[in-house]
Amino acid sequence: MRVTFTANGREVEADDVWEGESLLFMLRERLGLPGSKNACEQGECGSCTVYLDGAPVCSCLVAAGQVQDREVRTVEGLADPETGLDDVQQAFVDAGAVQCGFCTPGLLVQSHDLLERNPQPSDNDIREALSGNLCRCTGYEKIMDAVRLASARKCSSSEVSQ
Amino acid sequence: MSQIRTEKNLQNITTAHPDGIGGSPLRPDGILKVKGEFAYSSDMWHEDMLWGMALRSPHAHAKILSVDITEAVKHPGVQAVMTYDDIPGSKFYGLEIKDQPALATGKIRYHGEAIAIVAADHPETARRALAKIKVEYELLPTITTEEQCLDPETHGYVHEPSEYKGHASGNIVHSQKVISGLGVTDEVRALADVVIKGDYVVGMQDQAFLGPESGMAVPAEDGGIDLYIATQWLHVDREQIAPVLGLPENKVRLTLAGVGGAFGGREDLSMQIHACLLAQRTGKPVKIVYSREESFFGHVHRHPAKLTYETGATRDGKLVYCDARIVLDGGAYASASPAVVGNAASLGMGPYEIPNVNMLAVALYSNNPSCGAMRGFGAVQACFAYEAQMDKLAAALDIDPVELRQLNAVEQGSIMPTGQEIDSPAPVAELLRRVKALPLPPALDTTHLDVRDIPGALSNTSHGEGIVRGVGYAVGIKNVGFSEGFDDYSTARVRLEVIGGEPVAMVHTAMAEVGQGGVTVHGQIARTELGVERVTIHPANTEVGSAGSTSASRQTYMTGGAVKLAAEAVRNELLALGRKRYGWDYNDLSLVGGKVVSASAGALVPIADLLGDSAIDLTREHHHRPTVPFDKETGQGFGHVQYTFCAHRAVVDVDVELGLVKVVELAAAQDVGKALNPLSVVGQIQGGSTQGLGLAVMEEIVVKDGKVRNPSFTDYLIPTILDTPPQPVDVLELADEHAPYGLRGVGEAPTLSSTPAVVAAIRQATGLALNRVPVRPEHLTGTGE
Repeated sequence: MRVTFTANGREVEADDVWEGESLLFMLRERLGLPGSKNACEQGECGSCTVYLDGAPVCSCLVAAGQVQDREVRTVEGLADPETGLDDVQQAFVDAGAVQCGFCTPGLLVQSHDLLERNPQPSDNDIREALSGNLCRCTGYEKIMDAVRLASARKCSSSEVSQ
Repeated sequence: MSQIRTEKNLQNITTAHPDGIGGSPLRPDGILKVKGEFAYSSDMWHEDMLWGMALRSPHAHAKILSVDITEAVKHPGVQAVMTYDDIPGSKFYGLEIKDQPALATGKIRYHGEAIAIVAADHPETARRALAKIKVEYELLPTITTEEQCLDPETHGYVHEPSEYKGHASGNIVHSQKVISGLGVTDEVRALADVVIKGDYVVGMQDQAFLGPESGMAVPAEDGGIDLYIATQWLHVDREQIAPVLGLPENKVRLTLAGVGGAFGGREDLSMQIHACLLAQRTGKPVKIVYSREESFFGHVHRHPAKLTYETGATRDGKLVYCDARIVLDGGAYASASPAVVGNAASLGMGPYEIPNVNMLAVALYSNNPSCGAMRGFGAVQACFAYEAQMDKLAAALDIDPVELRQLNAVEQGSIMPTGQEIDSPAPVAELLRRVKALPLPPALDTTHLDVRDIPGALSNTSHGEGIVRGVGYAVGIKNVGFSEGFDDYSTARVRLEVIGGEPVAMVHTAMAEVGQGGVTVHGQIARTELGVERVTIHPANTEVGSAGSTSASRQTYMTGGAVKLAAEAVRNELLALGRKRYGWDYNDLSLVGGKVVSASAGALVPIADLLGDSAIDLTREHHHRPTVPFDKETGQGFGHVQYTFCAHRAVVDVDVELGLVKVVELAAAQDVGKALNPLSVVGQIQGGSTQGLGLAVMEEIVVKDGKVRNPSFTDYLIPTILDTPPQPVDVLELADEHAPYGLRGVGEAPTLSSTPAVVAAIRQATGLALNRVPVRPEHLTGTGE
């Protein structure tokens, strides 16, 4: 089947999609967007998290055909082409929250969503929001640091702009 | 024992630079990784690529009577189906003992053993083709328990003695004794006032790296294969792959693709040979990506262990003797079992001075999943047992458990049970003092309870009732580098040239960057030694010599050391050029800030001017000091390159009614010799500690009659961010004069002591003995086995 949707603000089309394919597979193997990761493909690890119409989902649990005419935003679409990395992305690098990096794309989308909803989350808010994203390298401490840092930077830059 | 912090004690060796060693520059691959642009092995893509997939046995022990691939071959979209008979070269491979068939031949020895492989145009096509392969099995009784393994007369052999290799020792892969002092005799036992006996069990842990086994094999015009792969050691992969393909090693070229974690699970081959075989057969690029379920079958695990310890001490707490037996289940194939046994035997007494020792460590062949390398490598299992013994001894003697450990702790100059002197700092007592001195977290606030703070968390299981706090301590000892006479050298190539008017260093090694940050450190070393700002890290491949394995906490020491040697050689050649050209007779030259600098005369010339259009390109090997094998009967020998130590304090809250545990805080203190990159060092310690936490309270591959019952992240649990507490880390830097920059390998030590510290804390909270990890809810509520 053919699936037509918006990926990172761009109209895209995938042909010969098998009905059993996931959104994750279609993004990775048919659309050249391998940023979303394939660590468990059963909704346990969160490494494939993408925005679907503005809500974070595990793209491995979404059938490719379900995104027809809808909007998908992946880790590749977080950075602004004009201004560069999103605060969350830069904070993950700066805080040492990236080791192997396989969990990073999913954590970035989930953290980005958290800070959109709750710009100054408590530590427990961060832990709750990221509890569906497994990381095996960091022990999560630097990820906590990264989200705190991104929150602080977002808040200070929004104060400046006001 | 006096200890001092000596971060600065090696500054005279090298030149400080903000982005050199001792700083925390950002990872060179960090931006790519946060943009989703870093190419992992599962991201490989080629225009006309095929998907490879393996058929795996649903049985743990069986004869294969026949394999019928007729229908699979006919399936539309299938380009190749291969079995054992189609392997062009040697049929077996293995890290230490070549006992593993590339595809099963005649016999299945573990649940999940690969029998046939297919290449097809889509993964679903490959799955459907696999379903059409008909395999006739004759089921055999499984050999899975220690009793069965040790009685082959009754229960048979996992590998028949008459098969491809000799088996004088039956189902024993390897065994190692260590006897020191008088050994453990009745006379020695009589010297002790208190004796503690314990039987311990450690479950089978999985590395659970997030990036699944994957890669792409591309057939080359010269009849060779180019393999893009996630691994821990490119050259040892090639050594095992090439003979199976019937190719000389120079026709098998490996390039490291992005690696999504490893932790020992990528030391053995997984899909490498299968992808290459299919690429060879079809003439097309073949990509294989394991699912998470297949990943659980596709790599070796941490050896489950049974440990029996008897520890004797005097009334005032001095250890007199320890008698121990460690039985490791190695599973169907040898993998790294012999080396794991060596570690368990030689490190199994812990970081303590014990005058009389009798130790036996054994790994068995069984029909359980193969076990091999995982972070901590034989030292983890032992640490759980010897630290439990120390807590029991402390309780029996009414001595503080930390004091008891400090009283018996090794220090520099101590002699290990192997007879090896610890000839660099061993601040065990100091690490315990430091971790104990850290402030404790506040008590659980039950008046303003946030359920996210309690065991059970968002499941909303309690209002604070039935929750008891406990605090526990542990310390461990790990070796760094390959031991027992193995020369695991590393190679590095460093090139210095002028690009855009600026001197640029290029570092080329075959080191597997698996997330640990070795690439960052290589850049720091090159900057420090060559005084340049810009460093290029060349992709890791087999065009340069071996870098050894990214394991055994060895890469910064070994390949970092090789980069240092190569950079020093480049620097010497550059300075020789300067001396020749300008007639310098200074003896105080270094490279700083892009210039040749004399300590007495100041800046002499920019590197770019001196170098001009030429390039200096040198390759060096770094060998650690030689070690020797342990004596088979006594375990005596200078077997280890370096020792490393970490101590933990765990604070837990236990819901004693529901058997739920929340680790409230997990504090660590570790000596790292010299922190080349402090940010990464702390990241390693926290990550390693968290894997130990997982083993303490949740992680276990459940195997029944050889069958894996929980091959998924739904059923095999690893710690989430809610399960993982704040982790304060105190880093001590006491230089080891034998090591580059005085550094000490970092990655594994924290994985040892966090498990026993967490369990000690649960014991303190509950008063239960808890001789098994992981601790499950039923162990705490008395409602289960």
